Amino acid sequence: MENTTVKTVAQKKVNLSMKQYGMVLALIAVYLIFAVITGGKNLAPMTVNNIIMQNGYVIILAVGMLLCVLTGNVDLGVGSVVATCGAVAGTLIVDFGVSSPLAMLASLAVGALFGAFVGFFVSKLEIPPFIVTLATMLMGRGLCYVILQAQTKGPLPADYIWVSTGFLPTIKLGVAADGTGGVDLICLLVAAVIAVLVVLSDVRSVAVAKKNGLPTVHTWQLAVKDIIIIGIEGFFFYKLGKYNGIPILLILVAIVVGIYHFITTQTVAGRQIYAMGGNAKAARLSGINTQKVFFWVYANMGLLCGLAGIVLSARNASATPKAGDGFEMDAIASCYIGGAATSGGVGTIIGAVVGAFIMGILNIGMSLAGFDTNVQKIVKGAVLLGAVTVDLLSKRKKG
Amino acid sequence: MAEYILEMNHIVKAFSGVRALDDVNFKVRQGEIMAICGENGAGKSTLMNVLSGVYPYGEYTGDIVYKGEVCKFHNIRESERKGIVIIHQELALSPYLSIAENVFIGNERKHGGMIDWTETRRAAQELLARVGLEHENVNVPVNSLGVGKQQLIEIAKALGKKADLLILDEPTAALNDKESQQLLDLMLQLKAQGMTCIIISHKLNEISYVADSITIIRDGHTIETLQKGVDDFSEERIIKGMVGRELTNRYPKREDCKIGDVIFEVKNWNVFHPDDANRQVLKNINLQVRAGEVVGLAGLMGAGRTELAMSIFGRTYGQKISGEIYINGKKVEIKNVQDAINNKLAYVSEDRKTYGLVLIDSIKFNMTLSALRKFFSRKGVVDQNKEAVKAEEYRHRINVKTTTVEQAVGSLSGGNQQKVVLAKWMLTEPDVLILDEPTRGIDVGAKYEIYCVINELAKAGKAVIIISSEMPEIIGTCDRTYILNEGEIAGELSSGAITQEAIMGAIMAHNRKGEV
Repeated sequence: MENTTVKTVAQKKVNLSMKQYGMVLALIAVYLIFAVITGGKNLAPMTVNNIIMQNGYVIILAVGMLLCVLTGNVDLGVGSVVATCGAVAGTLIVDFGVSSPLAMLASLAVGALFGAFVGFFVSKLEIPPFIVTLATMLMGRGLCYVILQAQTKGPLPADYIWVSTGFLPTIKLGVAADGTGGVDLICLLVAAVIAVLVVLSDVRSVAVAKKNGLPTVHTWQLAVKDIIIIGIEGFFFYKLGKYNGIPILLILVAIVVGIYHFITTQTVAGRQIYAMGGNAKAARLSGINTQKVFFWVYANMGLLCGLAGIVLSARNASATPKAGDGFEMDAIASCYIGGAATSGGVGTIIGAVVGAFIMGILNIGMSLAGFDTNVQKIVKGAVLLGAVTVDLLSKRKKG
Repeated sequence: MAEYILEMNHIVKAFSGVRALDDVNFKVRQGEIMAICGENGAGKSTLMNVLSGVYPYGEYTGDIVYKGEVCKFHNIRESERKGIVIIHQELALSPYLSIAENVFIGNERKHGGMIDWTETRRAAQELLARVGLEHENVNVPVNSLGVGKQQLIEIAKALGKKADLLILDEPTAALNDKESQQLLDLMLQLKAQGMTCIIISHKLNEISYVADSITIIRDGHTIETLQKGVDDFSEERIIKGMVGRELTNRYPKREDCKIGDVIFEVKNWNVFHPDDANRQVLKNINLQVRAGEVVGLAGLMGAGRTELAMSIFGRTYGQKISGEIYINGKKVEIKNVQDAINNKLAYVSEDRKTYGLVLIDSIKFNMTLSALRKFFSRKGVVDQNKEAVKAEEYRHRINVKTTTVEQAVGSLSGGNQQKVVLAKWMLTEPDVLILDEPTRGIDVGAKYEIYCVINELAKAGKAVIIISSEMPEIIGTCDRTYILNEGEIAGELSSGAITQEAIMGAIMAHNRKGEV
């Protein structure tokens, strides 16, 4: 009947799951393809820096969206809510002279309120999220125009835009006589620390597995994986070092990704989201308050919209009513490209982040190559369809 | 010797190197009912999928000879065109479409490219008459019928496809005794009209009742074919073929365990239907269970047993619930599942796939799900080491057949899935366990193992309640049983007095009382 394995002896060595790392290879492939198309333009330090600067908010939104996707749903209101949050902050600063930190708090609060609003309808009244967020998509956009009176509010002050444009101080090594060139020492140090952490975490997990008599991954495969990851992050930080050093936005994004990665992989709350997405009825009978989980997933999405609203308006140095148009689609696409399942219960934060990077590299690469913006949409759509098709077909073959 | 309508010769089917079917051979005579028996995982469903073209020609080796010609089916449509129709365990009806539409789904009565509704209804009516549903209105949605009648609709649908060979995969799994009997009688009636049937079932009494021959499959091999009138058709004989040894006792002996004080008590329990506040589903239920005692909840389907269990277990069923629950002598308020878990109450649902497991996730994930907050986390952070160690421990303890606890539960056989659900609730360290149909749809060997676990729980001083529709199971495992009928306790029987006759007697007596 079922295709059960017959081996009874516990395997000591297992293969690394390629499912997890396939997307990383795709990321490298996309990057290299554009390196060829653009004649190496996307290898320039400034371009690498822009991958973070132009995609920070997509990554933040993809992280929140992943939780929604894990429940088997999406949030369509993201783009509008981002714009509204930015509008609130911008208006407070420009029209009411509110200080930047307070304006930022207001943006977060508005986002969280929107999220709680969606969460209430979705959890307490059990209205399908698709409908509720379609409503917030329309309401948010309208509200944003009302707040801004259809105008652009700006410019925003330096301590506000610092979030998306600032850098950590640098210590440049090997600067040429004319003041150009050189690499930031801090970037190199960060790259080295990450490299050490990547290796240490594998060493530790192997040790724990051995202690508990659990199977471990082949050592050579771990080594290849680590070399690739360290190669990518080393390249990335080297390029940042060649430019202005570490962007403040990178730190912000890293903290967000770190927190949510921890929540989804290490906490009871994270486990409950996966259980609910996999089988809501079983989750409820296992003692999980699925309404509560639903509420927090959507409230959290709102909060992250508030954060993305700050980041976006800071990058533009202004709040505009058209901001954030189509962001929900980028965030949703990132999750699916990163291996999440439409039926819920499957997907990882790291996958969504890699998905967001793929989208970002595509965007920047196509701009550099001089693709028309309309053509860019066609390519992005095709990549989404292709990635999910390959993912699903490969799963089907196994089953 | 009658002519053979179907011969399966040397069928081999492998999944990524593992042979699910290994040289399967059998022959079905024209106009007989053949039963295929085997434990879960023996390869019965795979075999039927090969026969019906779900696994296309080329993915298996061997010959299918049907009506004298070698068939190479590439999909179900091709096999159906030849008259081989399979009715799967899960009903394939579209709930909101009418009976008539369902009967001809994928086989529409057409007239010049448009559906001929008059003909559809007329023909549907005719087919319904053949399956004994002549009184049903063909225009009502199919979900207004009970499962038993829906199963008959499936058969009408097959007849509409001009089936010559009907394959029924566990047709009575979801039916009660009366509905099952109806279905089996219908099969005999169709046989009299010349239909050939293959039935797959775990219910051996049904097989001995209906089958003319029995082919037994074990580990992907055909072991033997028994003929009616020639061979012994007793359940013991069939089980011997299925498990390869004589199972002298289907219920493990209970070691003498001390039955202690009453630790679980329900008083004056009343529950109303979740959709209809005026309909009382459970009336004044009172029951008690002692430590170390296994208590049955017998009754017919629809008697309210699952409703009772779920209303107790965190009010997951019903509304306007009133009554008192005492655990370990203390009155407890259980408002939701988390309260139930905290008060050391556990409920293993009758439908493991829908209510028990997250099929896409691992054995480990499922095992620790209910106990995660209480035993596997600190300040909301999961202790993954402890989790891995415990999951591994329970895998060995209750013998889940798998190489690693990381395997997805969806890929396990029914018996192993059931063991994972049991482990999940054992890990919450309950004092009281309610097991709803704990061995439904699983094979004899796995059943025995589950009974052993139940005994072990009782020995450890737990109070165990077993809901079962199989009376032998209640008789074989329980110290005492309550009989539930139409939402009321119709009687109580203690150890020596539990017999099928006594249980049915109590139900009948209660029904009579209701009629007066």
